[in-house]
Amino acid sequence: MIKTDALIIGAGPTGLFTAHQLKLIGLECEVVDNLDKIGGQCIELYPDKPIYDIPAIPECTGEELTNNLIKQLKPFDIKFHLSERVDEVKKEKDNWIVRTNNRKLFSTPNVIIAGGVGSFEPRKFSPKECEKFENKSLFYSVKDKKLFKGKIVTIFGGGDSALDWAVELSKISKVNLIHRRDEFRGSQATLDKVKELTKIGNIRLLTKYQLVNIIGKSDIESIVIKSDDGDTQNLKTDYVLGFFGLIMQLGPIANWGLNLNKKTIEVDTEKFQTNQKGIYAIGDICSYPGKLKLILSGFHEGALAARACFKLAKPNEKYRFEFTTTSSNLLKRLGKKE
Amino acid sequence: MTKISYITHENKTYTIEVQNGLTVMEGAVQNDIPGIDADCGGGMACATCHVYVKEDWLNKLPKKEDGEEDMLDMAFEPKTNSRLSCQLIVSDELDGLVVNIPSKQT
Repeated sequence: MIKTDALIIGAGPTGLFTAHQLKLIGLECEVVDNLDKIGGQCIELYPDKPIYDIPAIPECTGEELTNNLIKQLKPFDIKFHLSERVDEVKKEKDNWIVRTNNRKLFSTPNVIIAGGVGSFEPRKFSPKECEKFENKSLFYSVKDKKLFKGKIVTIFGGGDSALDWAVELSKISKVNLIHRRDEFRGSQATLDKVKELTKIGNIRLLTKYQLVNIIGKSDIESIVIKSDDGDTQNLKTDYVLGFFGLIMQLGPIANWGLNLNKKTIEVDTEKFQTNQKGIYAIGDICSYPGKLKLILSGFHEGALAARACFKLAKPNEKYRFEFTTTSSNLLKRLGKKE
Repeated sequence: MTKISYITHENKTYTIEVQNGLTVMEGAVQNDIPGIDADCGGGMACATCHVYVKEDWLNKLPKKEDGEEDMLDMAFEPKTNSRLSCQLIVSDELDGLVVNIPSKQT
C-alpha cells in the first residue's frame, strides 16, 4: 500500500502542473496514467501540432509543452505509475483506497482526477466477428513482431502507425495495407516508402476499402472487404492489424459514485471538488458553469484543487499563501536555496 | 432560423429550428438529440459528432477542411457521406438539411 498526500489520475498537462503545485506547497503526490508515457492528449493526439494559447508561450507543440512541464517538475521527486489504469476507489475512514488494474494500492485523503476525456483505448473494427479473434490473430497494437514472420498480415488504417508497421512488417511478412480513402495522414517520408514498396510488390495497397467480415474458426482464414462503389473482395490472411487511432472512454470512473454530466464530472469552483469529499476533478474532465476546455483552465483548476488538498492532508497545519519570488520556504523546495 | 432534421439510428426523426451561426452539432446538443457526443466541444479534435449527410446535400455543404477527413478516419463506420457535424455551420442555405446519426460514436 502506497501512502501519499494526494494521488493524481492522469499525467497530461493539467495533472503535471498540479503535481508541481502540490509539491510546492509541501505535499507528497504520486501520478497514475493509463498510457505508457507522460503527456496525455498532448503526446498521444497532437505531439507535433503547435498550440498558440498557453499564456506567455506564443507557440509550442504538444511535445514541447509536455517536456517543459516535466522540466518544471525537476526539483521534485514525483513517482509516476504509467500503464496503470485506476479501477476502483473506496472510502476507508478518512482515506480513499485506490486500486489499479495491476493491483497497485494507494491510500490517500485526496484523489485528483485529471483524466482528460477518460482513458484512451484503441478504436476497434465494427464487424461483430472481430471480437472472437481479438488478441489471437487480430490486434490493435504490435507487441512482438516475430509473430508475423512469414505470414500474411493485413493492416487497416491511414495514419503513421498503419504506415510504419506496413513498412516494418513488409521485411518479414506479406503485407496488405487497406485504407478507406486514397489520402493518408501519415508522414510524407513514410508514405513515399510505402508507395515504393507497393511498386516493387512488397506491399499490396488497397484503398477505398473497408472490412466487412472475417472468416475463420479459431484462426483467421480470410477477410471480406468492400469498396465504396460496392466491389467486394475476399483476401486470404493470417493476421489482421487495425490502427484507427484512440478513442476516449470514461471507463471505471463512471462507477465511483460521482455526479456526472454526460462524460464529465461536476465540481464546485472553489476547490474543484466533486460530490465526494476529497475527490477532485480538474481539466477537460470537469464541468461547472462557464467551463472552458483549455489547458490554461486546467492549470488554474489544479492550483486551487492542490490548496484544497492541503487541508485534508495536514489537518493540523494552516496553509499560508506564498510567492515563489519571495518565500524562502518555496525557494528551498525548488532547490534554489539551502 | 433554419430547419435541420436529425434521424437517429432507431429511425426517430427530430426536426428542429437551429439558429444560424450555430453548428449542426450544437443544434443537436442544445436540443438533447441523442447520439451526438461531441466530446471535444467542437474543436475538430475527436470524431464523436459524426453524421451521415443525405446524398443530395453532399455537394451543397461547405467543403471539408484538411483535418476533418483525418478525424473521420477515426470515426465509427465512416462512409463517403460522413461529416463532422461540428464543422457544418448553419445558414439559410442549409434549410431542410437531413443528417443521419450513426449507431454509435465510439
